[in-house]
Amino acid sequence: MASAPRPNAALKATRDAYGEAIVEVARDNPRIVALTGDLRDSNRLEAFAQEYPDRFFECGIAEQNMIGVAAGLAACGKIPFASSFAAFSPGRCYDQIRVLVAQPGLNVKLVSTHGGLTVGEDGMSAQAVEELAMMRALANMTVIVPADAVETAQAIHAAAEHNGPVYVRLGRSGVPVLFDESYRFSIGAAPLLRDGGDVTLAACGIMVAEALEAARLLEVEGIRARVLNVSTLKPLDEESLLRAARETGAIVTAEEHTVHGGLGGAVCEVVAAGHPVAVERVGIWDRFGESGPPGPLMQAYGLTAEEIAAAARRALRRKRTS
Amino acid sequence: MNREADLGALRLRAHAFRKTILEMITRAGSGHPGGSLSVIDLLTALYFRHLRHDPGNPAWPDRDRVVLSKGHACPAWYVVLAECGYFDPSHLWTLRQLGSLLQGHPDMTRTPGVEISTGSLGMGLSAASGMALAGKRDGRPYRVFAVLGDGECQEGSVWEAAMFAAHYGLDNLTAIVDRNGLQQTGRTEERLRLDPLADKWRAFNWEVQEIDGHDMGAIVCALEAAATLAGRPHAIVARTVKGKGVSFAEGVAGYHGKALTQDELARALAELDSAARG
Repeated sequence: MASAPRPNAALKATRDAYGEAIVEVARDNPRIVALTGDLRDSNRLEAFAQEYPDRFFECGIAEQNMIGVAAGLAACGKIPFASSFAAFSPGRCYDQIRVLVAQPGLNVKLVSTHGGLTVGEDGMSAQAVEELAMMRALANMTVIVPADAVETAQAIHAAAEHNGPVYVRLGRSGVPVLFDESYRFSIGAAPLLRDGGDVTLAACGIMVAEALEAARLLEVEGIRARVLNVSTLKPLDEESLLRAARETGAIVTAEEHTVHGGLGGAVCEVVAAGHPVAVERVGIWDRFGESGPPGPLMQAYGLTAEEIAAAARRALRRKRTS
Repeated sequence: MNREADLGALRLRAHAFRKTILEMITRAGSGHPGGSLSVIDLLTALYFRHLRHDPGNPAWPDRDRVVLSKGHACPAWYVVLAECGYFDPSHLWTLRQLGSLLQGHPDMTRTPGVEISTGSLGMGLSAASGMALAGKRDGRPYRVFAVLGDGECQEGSVWEAAMFAAHYGLDNLTAIVDRNGLQQTGRTEERLRLDPLADKWRAFNWEVQEIDGHDMGAIVCALEAAATLAGRPHAIVARTVKGKGVSFAEGVAGYHGKALTQDELARALAELDSAARG
């Protein structure tokens, strides 16, 4: 089991952890360069730009070109980290990612901040709620959604060491720091954060903290929930998920993303094919976001510990009647 | 070799390439003859007169790089790469077949000499800019050539890349625009007007030459001039004829993406030979 997550933890945005980690990995590896599309502040790349001005490339508000430039840099041996808002990369440059990065398997790292609803007040055009499905559909692409700042830092190191395209989805808003330095992220592993035999809560990104809270709520009712942090959406840790299906017989997925094609879709694919059990999905149901503070938005869209717990009760009822 | 003899040798090569291109596409049963014939003189001059490369060592870090942004014209590129020795010419007859080294659009993971995969229009200049930028940052002497179609200049991403290359002063980058005036379904000026195309590149702070893209002497001069320029990227807008060398295909949009039939191929080869003799 991974290190015990800490309740009542301090808040830190995953994008802040990215800004620190990219400076660190670049220190050890001169091939690393960074690109942004006029978002060096929002992407937290200002420290990198200061430290490595010759390795920082401002691309302006032109995401399609930014991805092409990154591919060209990678073809010449660089390890480019290209950042924007998730709404614009991959949203605005999907074909460049597909043809110039994924198809040739070039060593480009796409790290997008401002994923999901918690972008908040800027509203739906800035809130990517479907890009994980887009990226998961690309062959050769690794897709990572870290749960907190500690995991983000490790994921950035892992992405730099991995040879091939990687997409990392980060968030704008502060999220609880769940892990301590003993935590170990590795690409393709879904760490067990809490064991239990009644139902499995499989979450990614900021919903991991909600899933842990949901497990505490369920415990009060005598329901023992297992919590998996599915921080790598692709390649998916099918072994851990199928073990969870066999051992708990019911799964709840939780993601800050549409339930179609993201974590919920991925888990349904694996479980339906490998060990069919009841799966309940917590996520966004075929709609876009809207303006509002992050917290109330999460409430309004049902992305809460209470909703996860309710989904777990539904899954348990289905398990008992099946 | 004196200059005139040198140009003559280039013309002879291009003539042979035209025939092979048409034979390859007809054998494949599909492909893009029109834009392959319009660009072949440019590629011939580039590879056999200008490029610093080593086909025996395709990963040589200081090699010049070529990006075929108009990826559908790859038969023209493949025939040149084979002649250079990047792969055995027997592969040319497997074009577009299942498992072939030579895909319907360029695939860097399969074909030696292909520096970046293309096929979706409007992307190559961005990748070429990234390569040129890497060369600048690493202090390497190589140059990067991006070969674009004129129709693809309707893609906004081309102009994003044009802005970027000028902003970073990528004088090791040359864009060669195959201005054949046609796109899949008709004249570029009727589908989405491009003119004044050279002025557009000038307005994006590129150094621009306009040449006849079938005049070997002009192509060689333009490439030499582009190599001497400092501070700005260089565009060569080459006026060409789609289907050049085959009378019934010249300037006909219908031959953009259609293989010649066996009868048409025989007529085309006869015409090309007769023109070469005359």
